[in-house]
Amino acid sequence: MAAFLSMGGYAAYVWSSYAITFGIMILLYVHTKRQGEKHLRWLRRRIASQEKQK
Amino acid sequence: MFKLFYHYSSLRNFYFFSEKLIPFLIAVFLALIIYSLYGALISAPADYQQGDSFRIIYVHVPSAWMSLLVYMAMGLSAVSVLVWRVKLAEITLSAIAPIGAIFTLAALVTGSIWGKPMWGTWWEWDARLTSELVLLFLYLGVIALLRAIDDRRTGARAASILCLIGIVNIPIVHYSVEWWNTLHQGPTVSKFDSPSIHIDMLIPLLTMTVAFMLYFIIISLYRIRSAILVYDKETQWVKDLITSSKREQI
Repeated sequence: MAAFLSMGGYAAYVWSSYAITFGIMILLYVHTKRQGEKHLRWLRRRIASQEKQK
Repeated sequence: MFKLFYHYSSLRNFYFFSEKLIPFLIAVFLALIIYSLYGALISAPADYQQGDSFRIIYVHVPSAWMSLLVYMAMGLSAVSVLVWRVKLAEITLSAIAPIGAIFTLAALVTGSIWGKPMWGTWWEWDARLTSELVLLFLYLGVIALLRAIDDRRTGARAASILCLIGIVNIPIVHYSVEWWNTLHQGPTVSKFDSPSIHIDMLIPLLTMTVAFMLYFIIISLYRIRSAILVYDKETQWVKDLITSSKREQI
């Protein structure tokens, strides 16, 4: 296990590369989902206010 | 074929079609990413020259390939925007540009991290690295242009023109290692007749690339679907969908 984690002495380079790549991919996923939810809330409010005006 | 294209370029049809596609794509993506990570970090042997540092290839190369592929997809969308004025293409252009920028950033950062132990430097102004950096600036330019112009259709047309001008950079990125003497290594995988990478190392690289492609498609679909609802907000089908659903996500 220790040998696997040390990556032949390149642990800092290998693990940081994986962490950065998957980290920004996860961040983009979370941002996309939140943006979608934000759009939905905005659309709901908009439709509700249109119905009130009627 | 044209009929099929016409059918799915309708925002409503695309929205409901993609809804069915996403769960399947997520399942395949998760299976592939687990398999690829096992192959990349455990089953692939260490490189005889670079040792375990070569394992950075499994995130660096798929990111770099995707940075080019996403830009080419943007180029296709840009042509559809300028020639046929397809609304779905306008939405796609704006939805996929940030994903391409993310892949380009990942390719640059992981390349820099890989460069330090192998070349002894974080950065070198050689042709491959510089052209990839130009690609990142092109992505940022397209995103900035889309956001800077209030009128959505005008913004999409302006961004499409910039995107098509930037297409010239794609072959420069790809062939830079052949056209110039660069610190960056030459092609290893794209020589399909005789790839200079062992099959045990190659398979996880290819599966990781497919996983990254699926990630791109899934995130694109989420972003496009969300943008479709905003774009078509005045239509009855969007109003019906929003009012009939109490869920946070549609």
